[in-house]
Amino acid sequence: MSDKSRIDEPTGTATVGHEWDGIEELNTPLPRWWLWTFYATIAWAAVYVVLFPAWPMVNSATRGMLEWSSRGDLKAELAAQDAKRAPIAKAIAATAITDLAARPELMEAAIQGGSAAFKVHCVQCHGAGGAGVAGAYPSLTDDDWLWGGDLAAIETTLTHGIRNPDHTETRFNVMPAFGKDGILDTAAINDLVSHVRVISRQEKPSASSARGAVLFEANCVACHGTNGEGIRELGGPKLTDAVWLYGGSREAIAKTIYAPRNGVMPRWNDKLDAVTIKMLSAYVHSLGGGEDAPAPVLTAQPKGEADNG
Amino acid sequence: MDGLVMKAGGWLGLALLALAMAVMAVDTPYAVHMTIMMIAALLALWFTMSRADYGAIARGILRAPAHQGEYDDDPIRWGVIATLFWGTAGLAAGLFIALQLAYPALNFNLEFTTFGRLRPLHTSAVIFAFGGNALIATSFYVVQRTCRARLAFPSMARFVFWGYQLFIVLAATGYLMGVTEAKEYAEPEWYVDLWLTIVWLAYLAVFVGTIVKRREPHIYVANWFYLSFIITIAMLHVVNNLSLPATIFGSKSYAAFAGVQDALTQWWYGHNAVGFFLTAGFLAMMYYFVPKQAERPVYSYRLSIIHFWSLIFLYIWAGPHHLHYTALPDWAQTLGMVFSIMLWMPSWGGMINGLMTLNGAWDKIRTDPIIRMMVMALAFYGMSTFEGPMMSIKSVNSLSHYTDWTIGHVHSGALGWNGMITFACMYYLVPRLWGRQRLYSLRMVNWHFWLASAGIVFYAASMWVAGIMQGLMWREYGADGYLVYSFVETVAAMHPMYLMRAFGGLLYLSGFIIMIVNVWATLAGKVRDEKPMTETPHNAAADRPLVAVPAE
Repeated sequence: MSDKSRIDEPTGTATVGHEWDGIEELNTPLPRWWLWTFYATIAWAAVYVVLFPAWPMVNSATRGMLEWSSRGDLKAELAAQDAKRAPIAKAIAATAITDLAARPELMEAAIQGGSAAFKVHCVQCHGAGGAGVAGAYPSLTDDDWLWGGDLAAIETTLTHGIRNPDHTETRFNVMPAFGKDGILDTAAINDLVSHVRVISRQEKPSASSARGAVLFEANCVACHGTNGEGIRELGGPKLTDAVWLYGGSREAIAKTIYAPRNGVMPRWNDKLDAVTIKMLSAYVHSLGGGEDAPAPVLTAQPKGEADNG
Repeated sequence: MDGLVMKAGGWLGLALLALAMAVMAVDTPYAVHMTIMMIAALLALWFTMSRADYGAIARGILRAPAHQGEYDDDPIRWGVIATLFWGTAGLAAGLFIALQLAYPALNFNLEFTTFGRLRPLHTSAVIFAFGGNALIATSFYVVQRTCRARLAFPSMARFVFWGYQLFIVLAATGYLMGVTEAKEYAEPEWYVDLWLTIVWLAYLAVFVGTIVKRREPHIYVANWFYLSFIITIAMLHVVNNLSLPATIFGSKSYAAFAGVQDALTQWWYGHNAVGFFLTAGFLAMMYYFVPKQAERPVYSYRLSIIHFWSLIFLYIWAGPHHLHYTALPDWAQTLGMVFSIMLWMPSWGGMINGLMTLNGAWDKIRTDPIIRMMVMALAFYGMSTFEGPMMSIKSVNSLSHYTDWTIGHVHSGALGWNGMITFACMYYLVPRLWGRQRLYSLRMVNWHFWLASAGIVFYAASMWVAGIMQGLMWREYGADGYLVYSFVETVAAMHPMYLMRAFGGLLYLSGFIIMIVNVWATLAGKVRDEKPMTETPHNAAADRPLVAVPAE
């Protein structure tokens, strides 16, 4: 302590005796609570590094007396959740997708599990509620299905995907680029658009649409059906309703005929297990547009839904 | 004369080099940056050669006293102005990106105004431009007065100021053009890093040089903190930015480290940028300006020694807590966590020493709005240095990490501690540096205090709610054993909290604008005719302080 030390009047504490630009320092001892709390945190640290992985050695680190590890922790947590879900997962695995509807308790569980998986794998394109993105990705909440909306059809779509180049069982069709590849000229495409607008009840029949009807007959019916009602087996979209994946305006339809997108959906059988795919099918089916399974005998009819309950 | 030729030649050489680099550039941002460098070097050349007294002209513009005084205060005055200028930019950018989070349309679908580019602009503007200028200015002020010596190397001190502003301009324009090393708080690319290294070493030379020529037997505690801040930032900056440029004519480089080693280096840097820039540096400000404003001795010399050494020893190890539950080995995570816990009391040592310095002058909290700001700053410092160790505990971190709780934590420290203590120091400095009798208005300081405090409350509270809610939603399992929420649902749920946060930011920015007006009027030499802050007379006899009882 320096000679210049003095007693500070308001606190009664001695100063250290240094002074800088008028600032002095009191010689107050360390607050006891501060010091003991500091010691306590050091003691706690000393215990912690014995219990948990802490000391780096040559090739690895000490494992700690509790043998805890973050990877082991995660594994145990996931295993516990898996074990909790195991009975219901087993039951769903053992039930054919077509029989799922007959077992409400399994169906309910599948929808819940599918909802969780949907939020991870599907929302990126189809949106959080499955409503799709206008002009890009289809809505799953309506009853307009390109490849079929019963449980089995949805499961097939999910399993094999659409237009996967590396997979033979994938759902596949290609709409020709009528304009880009020079199959039809601009006037012809314009007439075709008029016809499609007429059958979707957006325009009144005209001379243009009459010419378009002839072109439709020659170029489109193979996939879209005689009256544009669509052919599910081929994935040919229905053109007579108000649901348009890439837009139903004159410009949008013309753009599609000129250069179709031929969109791709990934297959999931190389990414997800069969139970999760089944659950996703149940969830998508439950979103609002799910259809009942077609009656097995009615093979000749293109549409068999609503015949059996 | 030879010296002048050498200097002018040096600046000309640098300008020519920058021009050559700009011509050879392989990407546009690099060409823009080299052109900025060239203009800066040509300006330096002009100021070196022309005979006008630019110091006097600057003093005229800034209405600084003509009398040069005992100490070299010009760079400090510029630093105060720069602090307020960059503070406005940084806070406004922060408010804007807060609104972008609430209303994504504000990204304007334009690459230059996306959140990803404006976020580093905001963080660098408030930390390095606002905080950095405040640190450089106050360190030059404090070191001269506590050493009773004029700044060593006065022209180098001016180079530090202008060089640092150039660094800020290069960093900020780089962010807008998409130039980034993608390391948080260390985004500028290799050539900007090299420039900052030169500026920083000059800063170190000026600071150490002034301490060496001191006319005091001892080095004051504030200078220990400033010195630890300058040295450690130099080390952190150099190591974390070790990288190899893809070409010396381009703005892209690759880090020297890869994978988890790179992540660990980055967070060793990132955490200690908080520790030594935002904690040690600002504690240095606190150690000078709180006792001066309170006109009281520092509470405990011993505490200042113990908490200084324990703080700087423990802080440097705590970085791995930013990488809990990642690819970082468990032992390193343990290291980060236990050192963070042990850091709690050393951090609080600064708060105790600051708050208890008011012992014997507690009435000033009622009468002096600047003291009020300092007390609020220390309170938020104490709160966030408790919250930090708590969040470093793994089980807490598993909930808080990656959520907005972290953002709230950072801002209670940044707005509450760094912001408030800087405002208080600036309010202390302005009348003294400009030779004014007092600030234009103390009542406006009080308004600033309340607006800022309310802003922080909105900010921190909404981010606590948002972060904890988000963390709980992410981990929630339904009765069937499946995760209940998708990520986007947590984002939607946070929308109201994002609005509250933006409102808090608006309050904070409003307080800052009041400060700008107040400082502007003070510089203009105006004094507002207003009622004093309090009518209550101080009763010295009734003010009985806590008397410490020695335990030995």
